[in-house]
This record gives sequence, structure tokens and C-alpha cells, in this order.
Amino acid sequence: MLEHFLENGEVVTSVILFGIGLAALLLHKNLIKKIIGLNIMDTAAYLFLAAQGYIEGRGAPIVTDGVTRMDAYINPIPSGLVLTGIVVSVSVTALMLALTVCLYQKYHSLNMDYIIMKMRKEEE
Amino acid sequence: MEFVCNFPFFSIMVSMFSGVISSVLKGKKARNLGVAVNGIVIVLSAATLAYVMSTGESFVYTMGHYTAPWGNEIRVGVLEALTATFFSFVMLLSVLGGMKHLSRELEDRSLGMYFLFLNLMLGAILALIYTNDIFTAYVFIEINTIAACGLIMVRKTGPVYVAATRYMIMSLMGSGLFLIGVCILYTVTGHLLMPNIQESVKMLMLRGEYHIPLLMVIILITAGLAIKSGLYPFHSWMPAAYGFSLPSSSAILSGLVSKSYIFLLIKIIYRVVGKDTILGSDIIKVLFAFSVFAIILGSVGAIREKDIRYMNAYSSVAQIGYVYMGIGLGSRAGMVAAMFHILVHAATKSLLFISAEGLSQASGHTYRIQELKGAGYRSRLAGIGFTVGAFSLVGIPLFGGFISKISFAVAATEDPRKVVLVFIVIAISTLLNAIYFVRTVIIIYTPAAASEKSRRVKLGAAGCTAITVFAAVNFILGLFSGPFIGAIKQGIAMFQ
Repeated sequence: MLEHFLENGEVVTSVILFGIGLAALLLHKNLIKKIIGLNIMDTAAYLFLAAQGYIEGRGAPIVTDGVTRMDAYINPIPSGLVLTGIVVSVSVTALMLALTVCLYQKYHSLNMDYIIMKMRKEEE
Repeated sequence: MEFVCNFPFFSIMVSMFSGVISSVLKGKKARNLGVAVNGIVIVLSAATLAYVMSTGESFVYTMGHYTAPWGNEIRVGVLEALTATFFSFVMLLSVLGGMKHLSRELEDRSLGMYFLFLNLMLGAILALIYTNDIFTAYVFIEINTIAACGLIMVRKTGPVYVAATRYMIMSLMGSGLFLIGVCILYTVTGHLLMPNIQESVKMLMLRGEYHIPLLMVIILITAGLAIKSGLYPFHSWMPAAYGFSLPSSSAILSGLVSKSYIFLLIKIIYRVVGKDTILGSDIIKVLFAFSVFAIILGSVGAIREKDIRYMNAYSSVAQIGYVYMGIGLGSRAGMVAAMFHILVHAATKSLLFISAEGLSQASGHTYRIQELKGAGYRSRLAGIGFTVGAFSLVGIPLFGGFISKISFAVAATEDPRKVVLVFIVIAISTLLNAIYFVRTVIIIYTPAAASEKSRRVKLGAAGCTAITVFAAVNFILGLFSGPFIGAIKQGIAMFQ
């Protein structure tokens, strides 16, 4: 069992990181910590993809020294997916940060519970 | 390949690019561009629908002429084309219905931004409907989320920011789960295109390999999409997000955005994981159980609400539950009923949100149900629109909602273990729906004090058209449901 875990170290790490990120996104009250959690979660998925796409002993999928044999390079698709994913998570993070700034300007707090409480008070 | 096969791709591209252009346009120009593009998309989608209906076969459109497994693909069958046409139509009407409100509440600059998000969202919804590549689906899910958040926060008040943040947190959790699900699926099968994945999954199931990873994938993807579409118990963001946004935004968010995720889920069930694999796992039973809670508790939530927008939002929780109940039945008939209910609910809920806005305008911009007394007389069309929508969701014959309830009941009879439960749930939910909707209809038609009566409010030409057409669509779905159900059946058959 333990051997299994050690063999797939990257996968295990990424799953643990994903869990940490998800928990932080859901459970933390502080908005900045939530955003950090979101980034940990996304990065864990990219680690998973990159680790799965890597084949030991092969190079990055860019033709070097005119070598065109397939077995000299790793599969480029996972790397491509990671890049796409990074773009997506950057834009989502930017949006979340912008929202946080707006909320802070209105309510002078980063604590989500406090903000909701204050909003309810103002409504009444 | 016929020229018409390019249309789905064109419609996605046209809406994405027009979104970018409207961000630099001001006020009316952006609005005109947005509406025109939406109109073009309807025409293109309708032409595609006519084409696939006439050939009776689905077609695959390869982007950049790279064939599978390298290229990216769009796949169009009857169900995709029908949904695209219907959704873009509902979107246009929702925008028209809320137009007066939009121009009043947003300045020139924000209006441009609003149409940026709207067109981006249209493009994302179309892409989610058409795409044949699961990672493309993920990217467009995120674009859809960002655009939806933009539509919510365009009003720039404190509560709106809170609603948008809560929406984003739930939504991002959903897309995170979807992403890791897709990653695991890719590493297990080695493909991203849906037909190739399905082939691999079938092989793996036959050989009995990777059973647990595949189960995890199903759970992660289903949970992710269920969270994003707001299935009970992940609905907590819904009331605030729908309640505080502009009427057009609430109509589109509730009618289309959450439905596009469900459509993707249906596609994944049939075209990625394979129906037999899904049925073999217990996830379908879990969905069914959640849907039952959603139907009952959503309606109970709606009864307790005193704000008409919140009431509509909670009613959406219940209606999403209905759609998942159809999926949870696990049969072809259940899926057809779920798809039909997606169409009915898209048309009805948009009508309800827009009419509610008209009623509130006629009552001095209050949203409290008790203060809407006599609003049905002051804004006649909004009153009629609300009544039609309410009756449709309660399930009164002649309206679309009746047909979908009948379809759910008929679909349930195929499964002797679930039939009693489904019947009881439909009965209770009809009763609960009747309590809050009929109560509201009675209030808006209770004559108010004489001084109030003179305050008649006009909805504007666009608003009147939207409400009339939405009401007509409800009648058409109720009276002539045959062709729609036929097309859905044909479309689902094409999935396999």
C-alpha cells in the first residue's frame, strides 16, 4: 500500500493539495485566503496533469537538434492543457481579487461573515 | 460539406467577437450590436436545426481541419441545434424584456460592459452546447462563470458584490471539481474528444480496469456540474444572485446559464461516460435523492419568501430539482422529460422575472409581495405574463409546465421502485407551487385603494413584445408539445 503511494508521489501530493485548496476556498472566512485556496486547488490539478504527462528520460516537446523521433519527447497535450488552465485560473483570480477590492471599499472588511452581517444590517 | 455546417462555429465566433467590440462601444450602439448579433445567432441556429432535421443525421465539424484525435471539434445533432435555437431566442427576449430597466439603471459605459458579458455568455453557452471536446467544455464553463458574475455585479451595490462573490465561490468550487475530473479522465483514457473517450471507457469497462478512477471521474464531474447548476444542497448562492441582479440578468442566469451546465452533463452522460456505465454507478440514485429534496425544499423556501424575486429564485431551485429528477430516473423517457422541462423552465422563469419587474414598477419599485396589491390592474400585460408563468409552473393544463409534469410521471412508470415516490413528489410539489404562485396571483389581482388605481405604468414596446412572445411560447409548449418532444427524442437517439 505504502509502496503504491510512494510510486505515485506526485498524484498523491496533488490530490492532497486539491483537498487543502478546496477546504480553504469553502471554509475560510477571509476572502484573500479563499482566493489562495482557489489557486492551490487549480495548481494541484496542473501538477496532476503535468506529472501524468511526463515520461521519464524524454525531453520537452520542442524539436531540438533535428531529432524527430516520437520517443524522444513527451506528449505535448498535457502541457498544453496546463497552459490553457493557467490562463483560465489567472483570469478567474483577477476577477475574484477585483470583487474583493470592491467589497473592501464598501464594507471595510475581508471577513465574509462580517460582510454578510453588515449587509443585512444595512438592508433593515 | 454543406455551407450550413459552418453555422454553429460562426454563431460562437460572432457572439465572442461582438462581445469584445461592445466593450469599446457606448450605450445604444453596444445595445444595438448585442441585439443584432443575438438575432443573427437565432437565424444561424434555426438554419442548422432545419438542416439536421432534414438530413436526420448529426455532423462533426473539425476546427482548422485537424482530424481526431488532434483537432478540436464541434458536433451538431438535433438536440444541440434545438437547444441552441431556443436558448438564443430566450436570451434575446430576456434582454428585450429588461431593456427599459437596463437603460434606466446603467450608464452608457456600463451598458457596453453589460453587452460584453451578455455576448460572451451567449458564445460560451453555444460552445458548451456544441463542443465535442471535454477540455474545451471546461474552458467555456469558466468563461460562462466569469460572464455570469459580470452580469450579476454590473449594478455595483454592496449586496450585489456579496451575491457575486458567493456565486463565484460556489461556482469555482464546481469548476475545480470538474477540472480535476477531466484531468483524471484524460490520464485514464488518453483522449479529450468525447467519442474517443467513450470508446476507451467501454474498453476499460469490458476489461474491468480502472474501475475506481472512472467512478471518481463520474462523481467529480457530476458533482461539479450539479454545484454549478445549483442542485440542492448547493443552491445557497441562488436566491441572492438572482434576487439582486437586473431582471434580464436574473432571467438569463436562471433560465439559461444553469441549464447549459445541465445540458453538458446530459451530453457527458450519453457521449463521454456512456449511459450503461452511469447506470451501473450509484451516482444516478444520489442525483435522484437530491432532486427530491430540491423539489420539496425549494418550494418550501419559496413559500417563506416575502420578496417576489427571491420567491422566483427559490422556485428555480425546485425546477432544477425536476430536471435532475428526470436525469435521476435513468431512463430515456426521463431524459426526454428533463430536456423538455429545461425548455419549459427557460421560457417560463424568464417570463416570471420580467413580469415581476413590471409589477414592481407599477407598485412604486417595491418587491415585497404584499405591497404588489392590484399591480395586475396597473400593469396589465405584466399581470397576465406573471399569471401565465405561474400557472405553467404549477402545472395547469394548456401550459408547458403541465406537459413536462405529465412526461415526468409517465417516465416514472417505467421504474416500479421509483414510481410511487415520483408521484408523491409531483403531487406535493404541485400543491406547494400552487400555494405560493396562486397566492401571489391573487394578491396582484386584489383591487387596491382607489388612489392607487390611477398609477398605470407602461412597459415599453420591447417589454410588451417580450412578455407577449414568452406567454405565447408557453402556450405553444403546452398545446403543441409533440414536435418538441419528437425532436428531443430524435436528438437523444443521435447521442448514442
